[in-house]
Amino acid sequence: AIPVRSSRLPLSDAMPAPAHLFPLIRNCEISRICSTVCYCHHKHLCCLSSHFAHSHFRDAPQKKFAALYRPKENFNYFIHARDYASTPQRFYLTPPQVNSILKANEYSFKVPEFDGKNVSSVLGFDSNQLPANAPIEDRRSAATCLQTRGMLLGVFDGHAGCACAQAVSERLFYYIAVSLLPHETLLEIENAVESGRALLPILQWHKHPNDYFSKEASKLYFSSLRTYWQELIDLNSGETTDVKEALINAFKRLDNDISLEAQVGDPNSFLNYLVLRVAFSGATACVAHVDGVDLHIANTGDSRAMLGVQEEDGSWSAVNLSYDHNAQNEREVKRVKTEHPKSEEKSLVKQDRLLGLLMPFRAFGDVKFKWSIELQKRVIESGPDQLNANEYTKFIPPNYHTPPYLTAEPEVIHHKLRPQDKFLVLATDGLWETMHRQDVARIVGEYLTGVHHQQPIAVGGYKVTLGQMHGLLAERRARISSVFEDQNAATHLIRHAVGNNEFGTVDHERLSKMLSLPEELARMYRDDITIIVVQFNSHVIGACQNEEL
Amino acid sequence: AAGMFLRLLSDVRWQAANPKWRRMTGSRRSTSSTAEPHPVALPEQAQVVICGGGIMGTSVAYHLSKMGWKDIVLLEQGRLAAGTTRFSAGIVSAARHMSLELKMADYSNKLYQQLEQETGVSTGYVKTGSISLAQTQDRLISLKRIASSLNVMGIPCEIITPKQVAQLHPLINIHDLVGAMYVPEDALVSPANVSLALATAASRNGVQIHERTSVSHVAVQNGHVTGVETDRGQIRCQYFVNCAGQWAYELGHSGKEPVNIPLHACEHFYLLTHPLKEPLSSNLPTVVDPDGRIYIRNWQGGILSGGFEKNPKPLFTEGRNQLEIHNLQEDWDHFEPLLSALLRRMPDLEALQIMQLVNCPESFTPDMRCIMGESPTVRGYFVLAGMNSAGISYGGGAGKYLAEWMVNGYPSENVWPLDLKRFGALQSSRTFLRHRVMEVMPLMYDLKVPRWDFQTGRQLRTSPLYDRLDAQGARWMEKHGFERVKYFVPPGKDLLDLDQSKTFYKPDWFDIVGSEVKCCKEAVCVIDMSSFTKFEISSTGDQALESLQYLFSNDLDVPVGHVVHTGMLNEKGGYENDCSIARLSKRSFFMISPTDQQVHCWAWLKNRLPDDSNLTMEDVTWKYTALNLIGPRAVDVLSELSYAPITPDHFPSLFCKEMSVGYANGIRVMSITHTGEPGFMLYIPIEYALHVYNEVMNMGQKYGIRNAGYYALRSLRIEKFFAFWGQDLDAFTTPMECGREFQVKLEKGMEFIGQEALLEQKQNGVYKRFTMFILEDHDTDMDLWPWWGEPIFRNGRYVGKTTSSAYSYTLERHVCLGFVQHFDEKTGEELVVTTDFVNQGEYEIDIAGQRFQAKAKLYPFSSLFTHRRRKDEMELSGYQGE
Repeated sequence: AIPVRSSRLPLSDAMPAPAHLFPLIRNCEISRICSTVCYCHHKHLCCLSSHFAHSHFRDAPQKKFAALYRPKENFNYFIHARDYASTPQRFYLTPPQVNSILKANEYSFKVPEFDGKNVSSVLGFDSNQLPANAPIEDRRSAATCLQTRGMLLGVFDGHAGCACAQAVSERLFYYIAVSLLPHETLLEIENAVESGRALLPILQWHKHPNDYFSKEASKLYFSSLRTYWQELIDLNSGETTDVKEALINAFKRLDNDISLEAQVGDPNSFLNYLVLRVAFSGATACVAHVDGVDLHIANTGDSRAMLGVQEEDGSWSAVNLSYDHNAQNEREVKRVKTEHPKSEEKSLVKQDRLLGLLMPFRAFGDVKFKWSIELQKRVIESGPDQLNANEYTKFIPPNYHTPPYLTAEPEVIHHKLRPQDKFLVLATDGLWETMHRQDVARIVGEYLTGVHHQQPIAVGGYKVTLGQMHGLLAERRARISSVFEDQNAATHLIRHAVGNNEFGTVDHERLSKMLSLPEELARMYRDDITIIVVQFNSHVIGACQNEEL
Repeated sequence: AAGMFLRLLSDVRWQAANPKWRRMTGSRRSTSSTAEPHPVALPEQAQVVICGGGIMGTSVAYHLSKMGWKDIVLLEQGRLAAGTTRFSAGIVSAARHMSLELKMADYSNKLYQQLEQETGVSTGYVKTGSISLAQTQDRLISLKRIASSLNVMGIPCEIITPKQVAQLHPLINIHDLVGAMYVPEDALVSPANVSLALATAASRNGVQIHERTSVSHVAVQNGHVTGVETDRGQIRCQYFVNCAGQWAYELGHSGKEPVNIPLHACEHFYLLTHPLKEPLSSNLPTVVDPDGRIYIRNWQGGILSGGFEKNPKPLFTEGRNQLEIHNLQEDWDHFEPLLSALLRRMPDLEALQIMQLVNCPESFTPDMRCIMGESPTVRGYFVLAGMNSAGISYGGGAGKYLAEWMVNGYPSENVWPLDLKRFGALQSSRTFLRHRVMEVMPLMYDLKVPRWDFQTGRQLRTSPLYDRLDAQGARWMEKHGFERVKYFVPPGKDLLDLDQSKTFYKPDWFDIVGSEVKCCKEAVCVIDMSSFTKFEISSTGDQALESLQYLFSNDLDVPVGHVVHTGMLNEKGGYENDCSIARLSKRSFFMISPTDQQVHCWAWLKNRLPDDSNLTMEDVTWKYTALNLIGPRAVDVLSELSYAPITPDHFPSLFCKEMSVGYANGIRVMSITHTGEPGFMLYIPIEYALHVYNEVMNMGQKYGIRNAGYYALRSLRIEKFFAFWGQDLDAFTTPMECGREFQVKLEKGMEFIGQEALLEQKQNGVYKRFTMFILEDHDTDMDLWPWWGEPIFRNGRYVGKTTSSAYSYTLERHVCLGFVQHFDEKTGEELVVTTDFVNQGEYEIDIAGQRFQAKAKLYPFSSLFTHRRRKDEMELSGYQGE
């Protein structure tokens, strides 16, 4: 079975007109379609959409897997779509219903001001996620470092289940925080643990109620973390910690721990199954560490960090602060190829996927792409029955000769914040697939400043009638008013990502349709979307800059 | 008509378009850009330098030169008529609320009509008429009020039905209309050409015009204009006229001696379209749809339509700014509500093709009235600017008044409502102006209801008691930046919100003010009157008395401790100010004037008091809080607060004593009120204000004391026939005309300003008479309330207008005050008004077209009041017995 990432089915491509989606479902033996989808989705931990896209538009290489998905039925789906396209029956969510869906996961945090002077370069952040998978496979985290300065924010896109993304979202920031701690603090913490005293708090989390931590694994996770800091204490180099290095070490260490925990297993059968699920599923991570004007982005996989910059004329532009680790990134392809013998060159990347299977070229977990075949077999065999029964875990990727093929090592980009850098968007690929970064920068920028730099209309030499102009203006006004529905920049962005029509304005009808898709169908039209929008304090950044000068 | 199109859209190459002009100015270039820019050198000296070649500057030049002043230089930084004037919509309309503005517009219309004949310059004048539409009954009332004013001025005007509207204009959707006003003589002009015509006529009369010359600042010596600095050198002059339009503020502040001209620019948008398939006729009436906030005129077979949106875009807050000038572009999103209104009004225009959306800044003033007159600080510095986008309508009239002002020393009309001196330095903050004009611009088309207050730029000047009063339910209005209480809303009672309380009928505060009035009449009330302007004038010797005796009409040589009501008259005997003066000592006087006199009165006295270092005048307005104890029990309250005897024997009316009240010493107590009721004014050094107020309220409790506001005061003073300066009295009203001969020292053989004029009036009689009218068949609950400016009819003939009005809670009738004139039935000539003429007539007051019978009185009621009071006192004592 096949992972996971693919381009989503665009509504307009799939059908003659988006408005006809619902009649289609009703008339097209919905149970049959659903069962197909469920089958694919749950049993094979795979996204139907990839198959749809490929089976429909591609040929041979997919055949082997396509057979598994019963392509005929899927094909029927499209045929029916055309047959029933003109049925006029409609059902839409009302705007309040749409809003309650969009706002279910929204979270905002404002950095408290002290004595009226905000000492943090971060004003606060808005975050939100919109599930397409059930349950959602994306995770997000945000925390303030308490023993060092700075704030950590991250989005994690899981695949083949959410276990890995969940574990990374709980654990990664502790690994980073510990990596950043000075020697004395590490000693202090270790002594406290040793003597059973209260620990210094390391992180202050900023969590939405839906963002849970698994209680069962906390002991296991803690002991792995403790081992890590004990090693750090032993290794004491006496040098001050470099943020970039700390980030890389933390990523690699956590992935290593995930791998080790799965190999070692746990006497508790629940935990044993959990660590295996974590290791066999995968997750990308895009993490920002902000400390004063120093912004570090550590990225593993194809989530993305983007800086919103306000130009002197007030307009918005986007600066990428991460590189996607996928087949579109030539350097990444080159890296993978240099790490393996030339004989594998052709099989390494197929259909823009690693070994023809995995879209991200770097990820946490995914031991199927990291362990030797022997190790995989040994672990699966000695593992619980559930694991054994799982087709996906048993399946060994084709052309699997010189593992590991996958790494969790992040690429770290350091950026010195400038006053014109107004915000940072961290988002999983669910957003970037639907929106261009330039639009993201504009929409968020205009939302945060409350100013709408719509391109002014100029009549110029064109022939425009009063009536045409009137219609155009009414539409532009509606666009502005849509902004005021949201109190959260991330929600606003999701509204656009899901509801944008061809004019770049939120079309309620479309939004309503997209959100009322049954769980099983949603995944075909969109991916999970997780967004964090961090707003910077230009005054503090300006002041810091001046100090440094 | 094609010419007009060019005028509006292309740069005005007016010399080329007008060969006559080129001939006159001789050496003028024929090609615009290649030739040397300044062929004619600036003169070294001129009597008058006018800055600004728009409609205002050229109109002033035109009128000055017509009146015989020839030595005039007009400087324009760019080209003549190239600024706001060029972009103006060119509508000349007399549909104005204020009669002075109406007169200016009427004069302008007549002037422009004959201008083409006079100058040979085509002005594009077309008499199209105008239709003002009403979507609501309130709007129709507002229009009817204007119609009443227009009709008595002899300007044809008609209230018409929606059907008639459709007949006058084929494109108007009339379904949502309740009526309209049609003014058939309103006109359209090409604004730039009017300006050029005025310039042409002026230059024929000898005015020198220099384009591409900017004034950098005005040179001042000893408080008098001495010259003008330009980018082409200096011109010495005696008079400077600032007609710089939206740049007038900056120019005023450019010199060492700043002249504050409170105006601020806002972007103004209008739309031009291509012609209709069947081009609109050029004499199709202009349409004003104030409820839709738009105006629509025919233009080149298409239309020109603009408006005054609710959310104006002010600009140039920090002065002229290249970026902002550059950004002055079409803003369709901003124009959208106006476009919607236009298409709603004329749905057939949907298919009409757009030509351009013009963005031209207009300047607005803090009170929506234009600014003219002489600077209070720099003599010879005149201003005419801030037209609130009615520059073309006012241009002729305003220019005439200002020219008269300069040549004669005063204009031919009372222009106090437009006088620069109604403002002071306190209106010079750019933040204030920016906020205020954002309120003023939408007001252009808002409903004008009585007792309207600005909402922005408030809480600037306040009494120390402001918070105390506010906590007790005070509702505030503003005068000259000072917050004054209108009335107090009793606890637990809530009034309608602001928008709903806009009414032409009985207002929601009627009963509240009624109870305040009742308390003033039966017990005692306290009114904070701190806003009054207060001056102290003193000298080492007799200089103060001697000077003041000449400047004021009443005899000030009274024993120390006396208070004198007196006018401050001009040469024609008219009231420049009406004030109370207390003689504090042999050599010092304490003068109390209306709030808005602060700048005007100061300038008037400064300019006339001898330059003597031993004679000092100080503005002490801010030093004193003034409390008015008003009502029959005031004397009791005051006696309990002071050991000094307050009985009428010891403290008769019109006396002033410095005494202690409570713990506080040095309180100036005067036995006067401004309403005719018994009572006292307490002038309290501000640090004692709260103490004295608390003492008064505590002590007054047993006498039933309560707070009252200006609305109660107004009702009281109007039923007592007390005239107020600024409302009833102005520079064109003499004491003789308002029954105040007794306040003039004509018999004492002393010389004072205005004496001759008064003597002549005494001999020959007066031409108008201040009269009190009691409305007879007016239903307070159901009928429209009078406001001011209502026409008065005597035996069916128009004889004058009301100046103020109020409901008298004592008479239970409306009382209007106003002037009765006597026009000859045949010639319309003004005749002497005798007592008999006033008394022997049947009167009617016209409120928005409806006439109410009224009874005229020349003297206040006295018997009625004493009678009632005696009865009330009995009731009150009975009440206290319980």
